[in-house]
Amino acid sequence: MSDDNPSSAGAPRRRTIDAVRASLPRRYAKERRFRLTGRLAVLTGLAFVGSLFLSIILNGYTGFEQTYLKVQVTFDQEALDPEGRRDPAALAGADYAALVKRAMQAAFPDVSGRSELRELFGMVSSGAEYQLQDMVKADPSLVGTTRDLWLIASDDVDMVMKGHIDRRVPEDQRRVSDRVLGWLDVLEKKGAVDTRFNWRFFTNGDSREPELAGIGGAVMGSFYTLLVCLVISFPIGVAAAVYLEEFAPKNRLTDLIEVNINNLAAVPSIVFGLLGLAVLINFFGMPRSAPVVGGLVLALMVLPTIIIAGRAALKSVPPSIREAALGVGASKMQTVFHHVLPLAMPGMMTGMIIGMAHALGETAPLLMIGMVAFVVDVPKGFFDPSTLLPVQIYLWADSPERAFVEKTAAAIIVLLAFLIAMNALAVYLRKRFERRW
Amino acid sequence: MLSKTLKLTVLATAVAATGAYASAGRDYISIVGSSTVYPFATVVAEKVGKAKGIKTPKIESTGTGGGMKLFCNGIGVEHPDISNASRRIKQGEFETCQKNGVTNIVEMKVGYDGIVLANAKAAPLMKISRKDLYLALSKEVPDPTGAPKMVPNPYKTWKDVSKDLPDTKIEVLGPPPTSGTRDAFVELVMEEGCKKFDFIKAMEKENKDGFKKACMTVREDGAYVEAGENDNLIVQKLAANKNAFGVFGFSFLDQNADKVKGSEVEGALPTFENIAAGAYKVSRPLYFYVKKAHVDVIPGIREYLTEFTSDKAWGKDGYLAEKGMIPMPEAERKQFAADAQQLKVMTGEGLH
Repeated sequence: MSDDNPSSAGAPRRRTIDAVRASLPRRYAKERRFRLTGRLAVLTGLAFVGSLFLSIILNGYTGFEQTYLKVQVTFDQEALDPEGRRDPAALAGADYAALVKRAMQAAFPDVSGRSELRELFGMVSSGAEYQLQDMVKADPSLVGTTRDLWLIASDDVDMVMKGHIDRRVPEDQRRVSDRVLGWLDVLEKKGAVDTRFNWRFFTNGDSREPELAGIGGAVMGSFYTLLVCLVISFPIGVAAAVYLEEFAPKNRLTDLIEVNINNLAAVPSIVFGLLGLAVLINFFGMPRSAPVVGGLVLALMVLPTIIIAGRAALKSVPPSIREAALGVGASKMQTVFHHVLPLAMPGMMTGMIIGMAHALGETAPLLMIGMVAFVVDVPKGFFDPSTLLPVQIYLWADSPERAFVEKTAAAIIVLLAFLIAMNALAVYLRKRFERRW
Repeated sequence: MLSKTLKLTVLATAVAATGAYASAGRDYISIVGSSTVYPFATVVAEKVGKAKGIKTPKIESTGTGGGMKLFCNGIGVEHPDISNASRRIKQGEFETCQKNGVTNIVEMKVGYDGIVLANAKAAPLMKISRKDLYLALSKEVPDPTGAPKMVPNPYKTWKDVSKDLPDTKIEVLGPPPTSGTRDAFVELVMEEGCKKFDFIKAMEKENKDGFKKACMTVREDGAYVEAGENDNLIVQKLAANKNAFGVFGFSFLDQNADKVKGSEVEGALPTFENIAAGAYKVSRPLYFYVKKAHVDVIPGIREYLTEFTSDKAWGKDGYLAEKGMIPMPEAERKQFAADAQQLKVMTGEGLH
């Protein structure tokens, strides 16, 4: 201690504490700089993610809404059911497009001329006739009555209402003519234009008319595919992890297997797609574009992730648990299944959910097995042609119609919501069931 | 372990169902092929699925070449029924088809697609010939001094190419070599422009490889930027960069007339009327091919053909024209509609 005593004056020797004190400001500054860089790195990352989210949300929130036009529709007895028998087949086959056209013409009686009428009829979506068809199908007593109905507006009108088509641009440079804008203003003054929540977006399959296109088909396709993927990859993944970690002898062969599993986790996903094409479709003759093939391919893709996460979870169970179980006379298998596996399960589930989230966002392997396809009918099973959420986004992003821009962004929002929900579930499971020793 | 039993059952059912599928059939039309025809074929498919009470055809966008490969693989439910193409079927593809038992093919021409050179709305209008476009974008060009030999492309600005063109850097965003639009651009613009030089035209017969190298190789020094398959992206980039030009399909120009404008090529603007009349030279026919053996086996093929060849679809005021497809002249439409009704089988003559 005497060395540190400042009162022992006259000592020519430089003391350690002085050196330490002299370097202190420099070291503090260094640490501050390091922390600042760290903070900057985090902030930059957040800024990138934030601007990405912001641009998607700003582009996409209008995609959840749809413009409707209120028009007086006469369900003409003569046109729909001339014999008055209310025969469902005849009612389904009637010309509802004509009803829509007549209703539009009635709203603007002074419009005439072929091209003008085309523009007028073009304000309403081609889906409006199916809207009427469905209404009559649900309630045949509508025939012969006149109703004020909200019909789906076409994508061009929708874009004008949402401000994505600029009214101030000269007429020859925009898709919507001055005439149509004039009619739209008349309707708006009457309160016959309204923007409502677009529930069709969640129930419909794909369509080439943006106002009718929905992610319902893609969500169901993703659901079936992920179900197949889960059912196949989880049991196999868990079994492989348990065997490799608890039972397998440590020798050259198991080392080789372990290295290969780690390598497989890093293989580009398109390779799994090629494998699916060559083996499942060409060799086993399974159908193209079917969720069952997609699920199998994705299961192959996420298996390494699940096995690696599963082994890590098993490793984190302390040996004392195993020894205690063996000590009271449990067999090796009882030890694993009664004690080790339940304790490792939360970790395995986390790996599983992260693997599934990975599979949900994947497109590349699906390209090879025909799931990048235009599918209108919502799939009803594992063998129906279907498409998946990320593929739907890809297809819409490539569509020429302006209105698909917001649909694309809206679909991305839905996909992100699913991914966030799945990852949140993984975090919750970990926090809830994880044990610390 | 109940859940495990359940899972095994599901797995077993899935496997059993696969077997069932292979022996059953397919109750929807399967279509593959060109991404250029995709936006038109899908509209027709949707109409067929809604109106006629049959299942909506499934359409994959695989590109023309990829589609032909799948199409020619054989006859049977596991192979597609229809293949879309943004060019005619090639001799080689036709032979592959024959070899694999796909013998009766019905060829349908559906309309035209224009390929446009466009720049930002705010930028001045470009008027250019195919020859100048070739000179601006080819990897090798004829010696500017007039000697009949090829030199690496020396042109940096449009003005270097021709004094009538603006004094801005050559910067063209276009599709990559995997795209059918790129193939068509090379064939319709570069090759045509290139043939304006007599010594190269003479090469076409005797030195095919030399001709290809001289005419059909796009420069790689940064003047031509491969912007990916997504045409919307090119439109966005053009709006942001006034000096850049883009190459894409007419339907994207049609939809984005407030952001970009088409350049005049050989004295004609890329408008709907000019392309339909043949005044605008850079346009290509679109086709689809049907397996006759599948008609009446897979439900809906006849209905699909009828809908596609109806006037309300591919006619002058049809809904396909609204989506940006340029209709054929009436006589040609009539002829192909008749072919569709009779399922006239193509002979393979005149292919190359």
